[in-house]
Amino acid sequence: MSVADRSTFKRRLDSLGVIVTEGTESECAELIDEAAGDPAVGVELDAGSLPDRIETDPTTAEFRAAHTGVTDASLGVAAYGSVAIEADAAGTEPVSLFVDRHVVVLREADLVPDMPDAFEWLGPKARDESVDVVFATGPSATADMGGLVHGAHGPKEVHVVLLREGDAGGRDSVSSEVTADE
Amino acid sequence: MSSDAAKGDRIRELMATEGDAVAENTRGFNRGRYESTGRLDDYEELKAEAREIKEDAIARLPELIDEVKASVEANGGTVYVADDAADANRYVTELTAEERDADRLVKSKSMTSEEIEVNEALEAEGVEVIETDLGEWVLQLADEAPSHIVAPAIHKSREGISELFAERFDLDDPPETAEELTMFARERLGELVEGADVGMTGANFVAADSGTMLLVTSEGNARKTVSATDTHVAVAGVEKLVPTVEDFSPFVELIGRSGTGQDVTSYISTLTPPVDSPVPDFESDDEPLADGSGDDRDFHLVLIDNGRMEMREDEQLKETLYCIRCSACSNACGNFQSVGGHAFGGETYSGGIATGWEAGIEGLDTAAEFNDLCTGCSRCVPACPVGIDIPWINTVVRDRINRGEADPGQTDWMFEELVPDEEPAGLDLATRLVGNYETLAKWGSRTAPVANRLSDAGPLRALAERVAGIDRRRDLPEFASEPLVDWFAARGGARVPAAEAEREAVLYPDTATNYVDVDRGKAAVRALEALGVHVRVPDLPGSGRPPLSQGMIATAESAAEDVYAGLATHVDAGRDVVVIEPSDLAMFRSEYEKFLPETSHERLAAASYDVMEYVFGLLENGGDPAALRAPVEGTGPVAAGKRVAYHPHCQARTIGVGEHATAVMEALGYDVRVSDTECCGMAGSFGYKNDYYELSMDVGEPIREQFGDTDRTVVAAGTSCTEQIDALLGDAPMHPVELVAPRE
Repeated sequence: MSVADRSTFKRRLDSLGVIVTEGTESECAELIDEAAGDPAVGVELDAGSLPDRIETDPTTAEFRAAHTGVTDASLGVAAYGSVAIEADAAGTEPVSLFVDRHVVVLREADLVPDMPDAFEWLGPKARDESVDVVFATGPSATADMGGLVHGAHGPKEVHVVLLREGDAGGRDSVSSEVTADE
Repeated sequence: MSSDAAKGDRIRELMATEGDAVAENTRGFNRGRYESTGRLDDYEELKAEAREIKEDAIARLPELIDEVKASVEANGGTVYVADDAADANRYVTELTAEERDADRLVKSKSMTSEEIEVNEALEAEGVEVIETDLGEWVLQLADEAPSHIVAPAIHKSREGISELFAERFDLDDPPETAEELTMFARERLGELVEGADVGMTGANFVAADSGTMLLVTSEGNARKTVSATDTHVAVAGVEKLVPTVEDFSPFVELIGRSGTGQDVTSYISTLTPPVDSPVPDFESDDEPLADGSGDDRDFHLVLIDNGRMEMREDEQLKETLYCIRCSACSNACGNFQSVGGHAFGGETYSGGIATGWEAGIEGLDTAAEFNDLCTGCSRCVPACPVGIDIPWINTVVRDRINRGEADPGQTDWMFEELVPDEEPAGLDLATRLVGNYETLAKWGSRTAPVANRLSDAGPLRALAERVAGIDRRRDLPEFASEPLVDWFAARGGARVPAAEAEREAVLYPDTATNYVDVDRGKAAVRALEALGVHVRVPDLPGSGRPPLSQGMIATAESAAEDVYAGLATHVDAGRDVVVIEPSDLAMFRSEYEKFLPETSHERLAAASYDVMEYVFGLLENGGDPAALRAPVEGTGPVAAGKRVAYHPHCQARTIGVGEHATAVMEALGYDVRVSDTECCGMAGSFGYKNDYYELSMDVGEPIREQFGDTDRTVVAAGTSCTEQIDALLGDAPMHPVELVAPRE
């Protein structure tokens, strides 16, 4: 991650109508609380914590009623403003998809410059771990009904919480692998 | 006679009912493509990389099929390779209707599933099929076919969709705005997805190394289709295989930009199924979402052959398999913009590349129904992200249609001497007349002005329309009585002696310049000589463009050999070959690659120049612009002479010589406005054909809109463009060289 990547990423998200808020890992819960509507469901984060009001083990009824879903992103692609959402047994994929607003938490350390970097990252994970990853860029969109509309099937709004490097301990293996490539 | 009145009527009807909506959308996509690809620094490199991956993948296809089987099975999924549509449908219906006993299958958009008509097969077994892509859902409700491979319902207006919803759902107060319509669909489809048993998707790419499939979507319906159901069936043509996950990258960067002009679509799903997500149990409110149900997911990859392995063995059709179905060739195409895929398409696929797909999958008869609509303008070639020579595929298929449909009984030609081609007897008259345009022009010139008078005579025009399908509303070319070659000889040849010349050039007397528009040839001679060039205008054969446009490949190939024979000595002597007609220069530079030995083609291509490109080069290399004609100085009406409107020829743009005229005119002080229309719509003989007259005029309409009211002097390089713009604006434009050449 470079400063240039961060500014490119934010510029791309801005052009997609995605709001970005930034802070340290310790500020994560507060930033999410500001970004999330109500009711909200979520999946436990790798780094940073969720505010208490986020239901992390929702029932079908709670899941269906949720306005906001909060999840991690495994990777960000600066040149496109894309975030990589990795499916898991905890329900990251449905929580990020069936809601009106997706609040996605990304560590700056997990930002890569461009699409080829993202697929260099994905290749080994797909081969070795059979991961399922969606590169999501802005909200769900359609132009099939005679004009551009957001929220065709997926979220109408996306909010990225970008966690700055520096003040937190344990980075997991994903981020160190990625940064090592840069 | 090839003129099929029903076809002409169908095109006219579609232009009236769907043309406006299709035109607005496709032209928007096409502008978006230019903008989006323009933002890439490495656009050409990405295209080359994408092409290389596809070439490699198709070459190693059997190996990749084995590899993906192993990968998917190792992941816990199943791969079935279906020989044809029936085989695929049998597998899918057995799985869905029998093994799963499914009531409802939800689908995300997949052209391959349209190709095999799996919906009908499933419905016959009592499975309800719901298309979840909003455009596809609208078409399913309306019982219509897609008019575009990426945006299937572009032919439908917002009002039309509102009326459709009102009728289908019995609504008194139907949704009206795009937002309301979308939310209505989201809600309805959301409920249908919750109750579905099986999810079906296509796949844009499948990586053999991991069994990972990539889906390019925007709405999120493919994600829901997969997430909400415990059985995922992916239907994909075998050509979707690429070796590795890393190979996805250039395609992800190119596919959205090339198609709808989006840098990337909202969702690029890269799934290595069965996926890990829990399956939401929408029927039990109290059940936790994360209930471990992801472990019970089932995945089936159905790879479809359906003619593809045979296409792979067909040297000419093989390139079709590189197609990533981005729709760039549809959006860049003038004819497609006017009629859409309901006319310019076959059973499943539409647009320029559809000829390859339909010929390979359905057969020549299906391809023959719309193959005429590719005029060879070539504007799709630079737009294609994998560099497929789409016009060539259309030409090859046309050639095969010509040969396959030849009726041996139809040999007694009244004009046999006018059609001395190398094609099978029985080829229809209109095709052969156009294909042998050079002979016709020679004959016309020799017998002008009688031929010109006859060509205007009402009864003869009626006959031409009936027998050869030439629309009587078109002005026919007026043949000159003194061809350019004769004029040049009569004036005593070159005015700049070779000994005093900066360079020596052969001005190629293309058929149109030599026999019809001699003035632009004379202007070219004056311009070149003014810049110190020793010019020769030898008698040379036609380039083969007219026969090639009719799919008469053998005749075109023979023309290429004759032209090379006539030019080889000049090229050896270091003379440049200067060409006025862009469609002929495009033959030398592009199509001759298929007809001549590699070295011959390279030598001729390297020695050949567009006349304005050549003038540009002469000026760049110290030529004196004062030797050419600058605009008249002054104000008021006189200033109009300074203002120029220029329509670059389609093929000139493709081979990269469309902008030299602009540069030369601007260097001389002209104020140039350039047309952004891909092709004027005339495209050689296309616009003359009775079936296509209205379509051709409609394709040219943007030029009329842009230049119709202008007081600018209109210039255009192609003969076809000249005739078309004359018809559109009521005044024939001149060639740019006529504007800048010194007066006689």
